Amino acid sequence: MGDLWSGLTQAFWLVVTLDKELVEISWRSLRITLSALVLASAIAMPLAAFLAVRRFRARRAFIAVMNALMGLPPVVVGLVVYVLLSRSGPFGVLGLLFTPTAMIIAQIIIIVPLIASIAHQSLRDLWQEYHDLLISMNVTQWQKMKTLLWDARRALLTAALAGFGRAIGEVGAIMIVGGNIDHATRVLTTAIALETGKGNFALALSLGFVLIALAVAVNLAIHWLGRTEREGRW
Amino acid sequence: MIRKFLITPLFAILAMSSMAQAQDVMKLAVTTSFHNSGLSDVLLPEIRKDLDLEVQLLVVGTGQALKLGQEGDVDAILVHSRKAEEAFVADGFGTHRREIMYNDFVVIGPGEDPAGIAGAADAGDALARIATQQSRFVSRGDDSGTHKKERALWQAAGVDPDAAGAWYNAVGAGMGAALNTASGMNAYILSDRASWLNFGNKGDLALLYSGDPVLLNQYAYLPVNPELHPHAKSDLAVALEDWLTSERAAALINEYKINGETLFTFNAQ
Amino acid sequence: MSDMFPLKVTGAETTRRGKRLVGPIDLTLDGQGTCVVIGPNGSGKTTFLRLLHGAARLAGGEIRWSCPLEDARHDQAFVFQSPVMLRRSVLDNIAYPLLMRGTARAEAREAASNWAARVGLGGMLSRAATVLSGGEKQKLALARALIAEPKLLFLDEPCAALDGRAMREIESILSQAAASGTRLILSTHDMGQARRLASRVVFLLHGKVHEAAAAEQFFDHPETPQARAFLNGDIVE
Repeated sequence: MGDLWSGLTQAFWLVVTLDKELVEISWRSLRITLSALVLASAIAMPLAAFLAVRRFRARRAFIAVMNALMGLPPVVVGLVVYVLLSRSGPFGVLGLLFTPTAMIIAQIIIIVPLIASIAHQSLRDLWQEYHDLLISMNVTQWQKMKTLLWDARRALLTAALAGFGRAIGEVGAIMIVGGNIDHATRVLTTAIALETGKGNFALALSLGFVLIALAVAVNLAIHWLGRTEREGRW
Repeated sequence: MIRKFLITPLFAILAMSSMAQAQDVMKLAVTTSFHNSGLSDVLLPEIRKDLDLEVQLLVVGTGQALKLGQEGDVDAILVHSRKAEEAFVADGFGTHRREIMYNDFVVIGPGEDPAGIAGAADAGDALARIATQQSRFVSRGDDSGTHKKERALWQAAGVDPDAAGAWYNAVGAGMGAALNTASGMNAYILSDRASWLNFGNKGDLALLYSGDPVLLNQYAYLPVNPELHPHAKSDLAVALEDWLTSERAAALINEYKINGETLFTFNAQ
Repeated sequence: MSDMFPLKVTGAETTRRGKRLVGPIDLTLDGQGTCVVIGPNGSGKTTFLRLLHGAARLAGGEIRWSCPLEDARHDQAFVFQSPVMLRRSVLDNIAYPLLMRGTARAEAREAASNWAARVGLGGMLSRAATVLSGGEKQKLALARALIAEPKLLFLDEPCAALDGRAMREIESILSQAAASGTRLILSTHDMGQARRLASRVVFLLHGKVHEAAAAEQFFDHPETPQARAFLNGDIVE
């Protein structure tokens, strides 16, 4: 209880005084996760739309695998990315291990199945609604996908936010591939792990509160942006 | 519209991602015990000031540090496990081994000391008493330098921890996490002095035994072999070695104190 | 004026899970006026329209246009019984077919706004299409179908759930479209509407064309007893 309270007060003072290190790692957390989110969305959403409009033999199996991958253990993703990016691994020459780029790659792998699955569900429902009309209009496959993606954008926002939530709170994979290097790859979650390791529960907790506040703030901001859009309420 | 709102600031964010870096950057794998001591927080800014070199620390166990050096994922390592270090150099993964400084290990345990190790004759005796009493003991169990030292001490005490009962707990974690576990279980644990002094969650634990020369903990610096890994920044590794063995480093290391206690003794030749 | 017609249908049928829904159908349609498809519930009117349109899979037989199939598909549109509203504004819904055909956005919106005015939706361009009333939705669907100037327009019971006023408005739009050269093929269960609009009638029963004739002839002198019974308002099985 004492740790909880002192964590809260410490979090409060860190935020109020705009603690330099706190700002730095929060900023880095946000930067890495948002980069991963944009790239993952750019992969997952067209994929979801493709799976909604296109019928092919392995489609069901593909969707089942994708849904299963939502529960991909981040630590395993981290290990695989680590081995691939290590100097002795196949992509070692790129020198990406222990860089923010490696962390972005790991986060993308973790959240693509999540975003694609959630997006696919809403796109599939919308496709059922639109199917007759778009078929009758004789539009191309690509036009169908674009129409679905645009008209379901609110639901896709939810999918993206789910991906954001998972990515920003992730620690296992990015600890492995990022290395938790101070001033380079240390983010909120890995800093929390580090401080916990030192027994500094209050500081760890305060970072945790900042992390939660950050996640909530981003959610609110994105919802607010969505609402101010002109076209109204769907 | 959403896209515009999201993407514009994002590119700004990405563009700023490489701000404020030192001229040179190198990666150094160090042990958790070294990092937990807080000494790196003193040394790194000075290194940056003197050499315009940003040393990025990968804080891992000795086992993983050696592995990182072996694979060429770091440019040098700073660890404390002599046998493994010598093998590392013998196998050609490192160019050489340079001793920098030493600190010492201490045995931590419940304040009331149920095994009575405070009066032990030497470190082996202290551990033997714990085994006899079957008092709870937490082991790093992660192949780190501290873990290797602990195994060696058990051997000296004539105890086989693999055959030990439920009182022996290998947690497979770093020093801090293992100390947290020991604090929660009120168990004995072998720790380096620095990690212990900096540890914030002591609970009922207390420093019970120290001082046996066998508990001295020698840190050595090993640059990664550039013949094996041409991308390794061996010139920076050499520059860092020169700095770490300089008189300036000696003063900083010898004067570093926690709660008024000196932690490290500089002994580079 | 239309080079899609005459349309020749020979032995066409469509099935679902091995069961024949419609067909075999033999029919020839020329490019004039309004063809009304009637028949009791379950006689296959909707499937028949979809089959001709190409939205239902042809399981056997042939549907032959006088032009390549691709051109024929390009020049037709379909208005469904319960119209599909894209989750966009009224204006963007009507402009949609033009945008899909590569018309510039400004031009498409201009045309859409004209069409909205023609069907009486001029005052609600920026409203969400999904919140319109039934009649408004049907008018939107009509404008959206007609904006691409199809040579052939299918309508599946377009006034099924509408009140008299909406029905009058829609029939007036349809008459204008027919007058300007669009061929209409329309199914209905409303005999009054059939008589008002039809130049030709196809009477479906059990998934087959039971009788097909010019409108006057069909309504005045139906040949088969079933058609006579249907026009009398009797139950036809």
